[in-house]
Amino acid sequence: MPALTAAVGSDMWRTARLVAAKDLGIEWRSRQVTNQVLPFAGLTLVLFAFALDRDDITARVAPGLFWLATTFSLIVLVQRTFAVETADGALDTLRVAGVDPAGIYLGKALALAAQLVVLEALLLVGVIVFYASHIRPAGIVLVIVTAFLATSGLAFVGTLYGGLAAGAKGRETLLPLLLLPVVAPVLIGATRAFEAAFGTRGGEGIRAGVEISDGWPWVGMLAIFAAVFGAAGVLAFGPLLEEA
Amino acid sequence: MSTTVPNPQSIPGTNVSAVSRRWRGVTSTGFSRVLGVATLVLVVWLVLFGLLFSPPDQTQQSSVRIMYIHVPTAWVAYLAFGVTGLSSAMYLFRRAHSLAWDRVAGASAEIGVMFMALTLITGSLWGRLTWGVYWAWDARLTTTAFLFVTYVGYLAVRRLGGSHQARAKRSAVLGLLAVIEIPLVHFSVELWRSLHQEASVANPSGDVKMDGLMLFSLFVGLIAFSLLYFWLVLHRQRAMYLEDQYDDADLDVALVERRAETKEQSRA
Repeated sequence: MPALTAAVGSDMWRTARLVAAKDLGIEWRSRQVTNQVLPFAGLTLVLFAFALDRDDITARVAPGLFWLATTFSLIVLVQRTFAVETADGALDTLRVAGVDPAGIYLGKALALAAQLVVLEALLLVGVIVFYASHIRPAGIVLVIVTAFLATSGLAFVGTLYGGLAAGAKGRETLLPLLLLPVVAPVLIGATRAFEAAFGTRGGEGIRAGVEISDGWPWVGMLAIFAAVFGAAGVLAFGPLLEEA
Repeated sequence: MSTTVPNPQSIPGTNVSAVSRRWRGVTSTGFSRVLGVATLVLVVWLVLFGLLFSPPDQTQQSSVRIMYIHVPTAWVAYLAFGVTGLSSAMYLFRRAHSLAWDRVAGASAEIGVMFMALTLITGSLWGRLTWGVYWAWDARLTTTAFLFVTYVGYLAVRRLGGSHQARAKRSAVLGLLAVIEIPLVHFSVELWRSLHQEASVANPSGDVKMDGLMLFSLFVGLIAFSLLYFWLVLHRQRAMYLEDQYDDADLDVALVERRAETKEQSRA
């Protein structure tokens, strides 16, 4: 059906929208992320509190724990988003249908980002409740921009490496090994930016009295990260799908 | 032995045992043997200069001798990962998609991982003696550790299976991704540490004035390890070539057997 191929394949963004809507639709019906990944993320927050034991410590390291919980959940989310594709050979079907791989990539990244945003919103509530963290009023913009860019970066990288491992034997154990080193800059950058917004680390230690403005250089780094891996994913996803 | 070996292309795919017997221990050529001997001579030189002729350091005493291994292994590891990135690009962007580039990339990554492990081990031993700790969250150290983990992952991806071209394409993409990942990691760690503490941990190679004989020993080490790297890559990529041939031969054997079966069945 060349007409259909042309209609779908010619417009990368249209494909992306359709793929994202499909992924979110599947999630809406299966509720697998809602019922399993969100509780998992909440559980890690509780476990961190058990391990660290002291309230003043958890309050201080809350930004880092927030992003660690997000990173761990990212791995589970990526596994899920590609399990959907490989289970019934759906990815092959998309490929045979001549759908633009860049569109598939962006669509899957978009759906992943949407799920991450929901997860992060709930984790933020969890951090505030469990760790008695509070965001400085002046830091709210910083938190939102940081979360947006970090989420974009995580979704781009997650989709790219998820696609790389998709369909391979032993991908469950391979994905964390590939993904965790790559997302390290996001973990560092987003944590430092959140620390500035939360005002933790203030009062003692080497970085006494961290300012909100200290967070913005990290936002720049997160933006570079998201842009670089977004571009790499759009370029590389085609060759990766060809051989999968 | 190399002169009696037939052109690899002419290996009959149906006789696997003959292939393996014939090709045992023949990853060497005249050139690689000369290279191997030169490497060996230089390694002996390095041992003599590093352990005997070069003087101990004024402050570090004999622990400075670790540097004669540590610096060359680090250099070789970076060189190896550079070669992996370059070969990945050559595989991906050349029209032929030659598996030779893929095998060079893989061989180089394996050797790079080994040397990077040696760098980390020798470095942490030296750090324990000089700084008092095995590890410090210095930007250079952290980037090195990330390089190590990244290429361990790369090697795992190479072993995922599938056709040779599938392996090559997948790992070439990953090899190039590693090239853009590492600067980002380094940049973020650098930014993190520079914000975090005023003075960086002792810089091992900074502006230290070096004794002539020490510098010479280090130089010998660099050349010896570079030659060792090339020697290892030559052999390893040839061994990988044989492995690929062996896989293909396996497939051919299976095909011949199936065909024979169907013939028998149609006869019966």
